[in-house]
Amino acid sequence: MYNETVMEHFTNPRNVGEIPDASGVGEVGNVVCGDILRVYIKVKDGVLDDVKYMTFGCGAAVASGSMMTELAKGKTVEEGLKLSNNDVAKALGGLPAQKKHCSNLAADALHKAIEDWKQKASAAAGRA
Amino acid sequence: MRKVYLDHAATTPLHPEVYSLMCRFMKDTFGNPSSIHSFGREARKWVEEARQQVADLIKASPEEIYFTSGGTEADNLAILGTAAARRKKGNHIITSSIEHHAVLDTCKYLEKNGYEVTFLPVDRYGMVDPDDVRKAIRRDTILISIMHANNEIGTIEPIEEISRIAREHEVIFHTDAVQTAGKIPVNVEALGVDLLTLSSHKIYGPKGIGALYKRKGLRLLPVVHGGGQEKKLRSGTENTIGIVGFGKAAEIAARDLEEEHDRTKRLRDRLVRGILEKIPEVRLNGHPEKRLPHNANFSFAYVEGESMLLSLDLKGIAASSGSACSSRALEPSHVLTAIGLPYELIHGSLRMTLGRANDEEDIDYVLEVLPEIVNRLRSFSPLAQKHPVGSAG
Ligand SMILES: Cc1ncc(COP(=O)(O)O)c(C=O)c1O
Ligand code: FES
Repeated sequence: MYNETVMEHFTNPRNVGEIPDASGVGEVGNVVCGDILRVYIKVKDGVLDDVKYMTFGCGAAVASGSMMTELAKGKTVEEGLKLSNNDVAKALGGLPAQKKHCSNLAADALHKAIEDWKQKASAAAGRA
Repeated sequence: MRKVYLDHAATTPLHPEVYSLMCRFMKDTFGNPSSIHSFGREARKWVEEARQQVADLIKASPEEIYFTSGGTEADNLAILGTAAARRKKGNHIITSSIEHHAVLDTCKYLEKNGYEVTFLPVDRYGMVDPDDVRKAIRRDTILISIMHANNEIGTIEPIEEISRIAREHEVIFHTDAVQTAGKIPVNVEALGVDLLTLSSHKIYGPKGIGALYKRKGLRLLPVVHGGGQEKKLRSGTENTIGIVGFGKAAEIAARDLEEEHDRTKRLRDRLVRGILEKIPEVRLNGHPEKRLPHNANFSFAYVEGESMLLSLDLKGIAASSGSACSSRALEPSHVLTAIGLPYELIHGSLRMTLGRANDEEDIDYVLEVLPEIVNRLRSFSPLAQKHPVGSAG
C-alpha cells in the first residue's frame, strides 16, 4: 500500500528523538485519527541547524516526519515556514489517498516549532 | 523469510481436502440443481450432501440450513427477514454494541426505516449482561441478535442464558456464529437459538458462501427475490462449487474440532504468556477465560497499530489492529471503544488469531520479533516519553 520510499523512511526514520536544549518545540494532534507528531528544532543564525521528531502514528506519519526533517534541515526558518505538507508528500513519492492527512502532521508541527522559537526569541529580546 | 499467518479471524486458507474435492466437483459437475435431468440431479445430490455436512456441524437438521453468499448475507437475511415477517407484531430490535458490521449496520438501516433498535452496552471484557437484555425487552420487541463470540476480542457471550430470556418473552433470537463454528462446539438446540449465521471462509472453506440456520417452522421473509431457490428464502442459482467446498470444510471442522481447539489454545496461551512476560505496559483485551481458543488481542501502550502491522509484515508476520489508522474508514474499533478502552490503547491494539498452519516455532518467532518492534516504535513515541516505559501508570 505504501511505495518503497515511504517504506524505507518508515524502516529507517531519520532524525528521530528529542533535542534536549531545543530552540523551539511544536506538537500537533491529527484531527482525522488522533495521532501525535512532535518536532524539535535548533536554530543557529536563522538556520534550522537541527530538526528532530517523535511520533505516535501510522507508517505514513513516521515516514512524513522523517522526510520533513530531511527537507527542513539546513534551511532558513523562513524557508522552513514555507515547507508545505504537499512538499513532504511529494518528496515521499506520494501517499495513498486516505493517508494524505498524515503528511500534514509533519509540516504543521515544524511550523509550530518555528513559531515557538520566534516567540521565545522575541521574549528574550524584550528581556535584554 | 519465515511467513507466519496470524489473521485466521479475517479469513483462512482452503483446507487441502476442500481444495481437492472442489477441483473434482468443478471438473465433472456443472448442472443446475434445479434441473430435472441427470446433470441437474447430480448437482443436487452434491448440494444436499453439503447441506447435511453443514447441519451436522451445528447439530441441526438439513432442512434448517439455507445457503447464502456468506456471513454478511445470512446476518442480513436473519434481521431483515424477521423484521419484515413480524412487522405487525412490533418494530423493536435488541442487539449489542460489539456486533459485526453485518449486524450493526443492518440494524442501523432498519432504524432509519421506522424500526427502533436498542444497542446494549458490554462490560470491560466485552460481555453482554443477560439482565440488560431482559430489561430491554418491550411488548413490541420482535428480535434479539447477539453474536456467539466477538471477532476482535474473542469474548464468548452467554447465549444460552439470553436465548432462555428471549423464549420466555416469545422474542426471536438470532446469533452470529461465524467466529465460533468449527472453533468451539456449536449446538443449536443447546444454545436455544432460532436463527444462526455461518460463514465458510473462516473454517478453511471457500469465500463467498455461508448459511443461515432457521429453526423449523419459523417464518422469515426473503431479501433476495427471484427463482425461489432455497425454499423461496434465497433466490438465485446455487453457488454449487462454494457449497460443496463449504460442506467439506464443515465436515472437517467437526471432525477435528477437539484436537484443533486444544492445539491452538495451547499455542495461544504460550503466545499470551510470552508477550505479557517480555513486553512491559501491555494488556490483554477481552475475557481472560471465556474467549475463543485461537484469539489473542493486546494493547501496547504508546505505539500505533498500523506501524506495528507494517513492522510485523516486514518480518513475514500477518496480524490485524483496531487502530483508526489501520482502518479504511479511519475509525477506531467500535468493539474496543465499547469495552471502554481509552483512545491511545485502541490505537495500540494488535489482534493475532491462530489456526491450522501455526506451530510452536511460529509463536517463538513472534515472541522474538515483537518485543523489538514495540521497543523501536516506543523509542520515538512522544507518549512513551511522557510516561517512561517501566514506570507506574
Ligand atoms: C462475526 C462475523 N460476522 C460476519 C462476518 C462476515 O462474514 P462474510 O465475510 O462471510 O460475509 C464476519 C467476517 O468477516 C464475522 O467475523
Ligand atoms: S497518522 Fe493515523 S492514519 Fe496516518
